[in-house]
Amino acid sequence: MKVKDYSKEQLTDFYETMFKMRRFEEETFEFYKKGMMAGLAHLYMGEEAVATGVCAALKEDDYIGSTHRGHGHLVARGAEIDRMMAEILGKETGYSNGKGGSMHIMAMDKGILGANGIVGGEIPIATGAAYTIKYKGTDQVAVSFMGDSATNEGTFHESVNMAAAWDLPCIYVIENNLYGISVDIRDVTNTPDLAVRAKGYDIPGVVVDGMDVTAVYEAAKKAVKRAREGKGPTIIECKTYRWQGHHVGDPATYRKRRSETEKEDWMAKCPVTNFRKEIIEAGKVTEDEIKQLEEKVEAEIQAAVKFAADSPYPDASEAFTDVFQEGTL
Amino acid sequence: MKEITYAQAICEALDEEMERDDNIVMLGEDIGFIGGNFKCTVGLLEKYGDLRVKDTPISEQGFVGMGVGMALTGLRPVIELMFSDFLLVAADQVINQMAKIRYMSGGQANVPMTIRCPIGAGRSSAAQHSQSMQAMVAQFPGTKIVVPSTAREAKGLLKTAIRDDDPVLFLEHKMEYNKKYQIDDDVEPIPFGKARIAREGKDITIAATSSMVMKSEEAAEKLAKEGIECEIIDLRTIVPLDTETIIESVKKTGKLIVADEAHERCGIGAEIAAAVADDIFYYLDAPCGRVANPNVPLPFSPALEFPLIPSADKVYDKVKTYFK
Ligand SMILES: Cc1ncc(C[n+]2csc(CCOP(=O)(O)OP(=O)(O)O)c2C)c(N)n1
Ligand SMILES: [Mg+2]
Repeated sequence: MKVKDYSKEQLTDFYETMFKMRRFEEETFEFYKKGMMAGLAHLYMGEEAVATGVCAALKEDDYIGSTHRGHGHLVARGAEIDRMMAEILGKETGYSNGKGGSMHIMAMDKGILGANGIVGGEIPIATGAAYTIKYKGTDQVAVSFMGDSATNEGTFHESVNMAAAWDLPCIYVIENNLYGISVDIRDVTNTPDLAVRAKGYDIPGVVVDGMDVTAVYEAAKKAVKRAREGKGPTIIECKTYRWQGHHVGDPATYRKRRSETEKEDWMAKCPVTNFRKEIIEAGKVTEDEIKQLEEKVEAEIQAAVKFAADSPYPDASEAFTDVFQEGTL
Repeated sequence: MKEITYAQAICEALDEEMERDDNIVMLGEDIGFIGGNFKCTVGLLEKYGDLRVKDTPISEQGFVGMGVGMALTGLRPVIELMFSDFLLVAADQVINQMAKIRYMSGGQANVPMTIRCPIGAGRSSAAQHSQSMQAMVAQFPGTKIVVPSTAREAKGLLKTAIRDDDPVLFLEHKMEYNKKYQIDDDVEPIPFGKARIAREGKDITIAATSSMVMKSEEAAEKLAKEGIECEIIDLRTIVPLDTETIIESVKKTGKLIVADEAHERCGIGAEIAAAVADDIFYYLDAPCGRVANPNVPLPFSPALEFPLIPSADKVYDKVKTYFK
C-alpha cells in the first residue's frame, strides 16, 4: 500500500513513533559519549520501521518479547521513555530500579516481557505467552522480535515448531540487519532469505522491506489477523540495517567487506527521513505540521533526558531486593 | 491412612492442585498419553485434557522457556523434565531466564513455575541419567530448590511449590518412585525453609536430603543398637535452607554430617559445613563430615556404580569414625 491510502492520523502516528525512536537512540548515544552511561547499549537507529510497523498492528493487551537491541520495541509499545532512559543510566527511577539496564528493560504493564541479553532467549518465552493466550481463549497475540542471527539458535527452531504444531498466536519477526556482531549472516547461513524456513514448519513466511513502515505494517496486520483467528504463527523477515556498530562502542569496520559503501547505501533508504519526505510530498501532512510534531517529541525527549540525568542512583541495598518475593533467601 | 507409592503421591499433588486452580498447566515429554516416564502423571490427560497436560516434542529449551512465558502471563506451569540431567539442555532458560526475571525486572514480574525432574543413581543409567543437580542450581540465586524425602513429604512440598510465586526446582529421587508408603488421606502443603526432625538423638546430627534421609534412618537404627543416638534432619528445601534447625541440633550434639547424593565437590555438604563453622565453630567437637558421591561421573556397570552411591552403610561408617 502506498501512503496515499492511509489516513493522516495513521501516517503521523507512524512518523511520530519512528522519530521518537531515532531521537531516543541519539540521546542514548550521547549518554555514552559523555561518559554518563555505564556498560553498553545496542542502538536501534536504522531499524525504526520494523518495530513501528509491527507494533502498530497490535492491541494494548498483546505481548511482545524483545532483544538486546530492544529500545525501539519498547518505544513502539508506548513504554515510558523517561523510565527507560533512567534504567539505561542505572537510576533508581528506571523500570527495574537500575537492576536491569539497557539489555533487560521490561515493562510488564505494556505487555513487554523483557529485552533479553541472551540471543534467542526470548523466543520460547514469547511462545509461552502465546500458549497462555491459546489456553485462556482470548484474541490476544504475542510477538517475538529477534535478530537475524537468533534464527540460528535452537530456541528458534524449537519454538516455531511448537507454535506451528499447536497453532499458537505468535508472530516471529526477524530483524535481518545482515550481521550478528561482525559475522555476516550470509556467511553462516545457506539461504539469503531466512523466512524460507517457514516452509519447514508449513506456516507462512514473508520477506518485507524493513525500511518501509507501511510494508512492515501490512505484513504484520495479516499475520496478526491470522493469529487472532486461531490459524497459528507467521514468520516475517524484515530486511533492515543498523546505522551504528553492534553496540555504542563498536566502530563496525567489518561492514566494508562486501562493499565500501554498504552503510551509505543503506542510509540512503532511511526509514525516518524518507518517510517524512514521502508523506509531505503526498500532501498528507504539511512541513509545518511535521515540525510541530517533532517539537512535541523533542520536548518529551528532553524531559526524559533531564529526568534520567537528575534521578538518583539506587541505594546499594537495592541489590538485595527482588531475588524472590521474600527479597533474598 | 492409605498405602501409595511416591510416584502416586506426586500424581495426587498434581491432581489436587490442578483441580483447585485452572491456571496450572503441565508441559513435558511423555506426560500425557503414557502418564509420564516414571508414571507421575497417570490419568491427568484424561481428566484435564491435552491443553493442560501437554505432550511436548523433545525440545527442553523450548518448552522450559515456554513455561517462563506462561508464568509471566498468568499461568502456573508445571514442567516435567524426564531426567534432571536435561536441566543442562535447558540451562539458559532455567538459570538466565526463569531464575532472574523477577530480579532483572526490578520486581515487576514474577515467575510462578515449577520444574519437576528426577535425580539420583541406582538404575545403571550411567553418566547422563543419574546425576543430582541440586548444588549446581543452588549456586545461582533465584530458584527455590526442593529435595523431598518420603511420599508424604513429596506430596506436601509439591503443593507448596506449585502455589509459590517464584520458580521452584522440585527434585524427585528416581529410586523412590515405586516405593510404597503409608500416608494420610489428606496432606496439606508443607512450608519451605522449615526442616523436619526425622529422628531425635543427642550424639550426632545428620543433615540429609532426598533419599539420604531414609538411608540415614536405616543407619541410625543400627547405630542405636550400639548406643549411638543420631539426630536426623530432613532438610526438605536447599533454597531456602533452614540453618537455624541445623544449628540448634549441632549445639546439642557437637557433631555434624551432611548426607546428600550429589557430587561432593562444592556440594551442599560443603555449604552447610561452612555455615555451621561460621556460626557455631566453638560448639563443634569434631570436624564436619560429608557423605556424597565421589567426584567421578556415574558409571554404568552395577559393579562400578553401587560402590559409589551414598548408602545407609556409608552413613553408618561415617558416623562410626566419630565414635572410636
Ligand atoms: C547466546 C548468546 N550468544 C552470543 C551472545 C553475544 N551476542 C550478543 S548480540 C549478538 C549478535 C546478535 O545478532 P542478531 O541476532 O542478528 O541481532 P542484532 O545484534 O543484529 O540486532 C551476539 C553474538 C549473546 N548475547 N547470547
Ligand atoms: Mg543482526
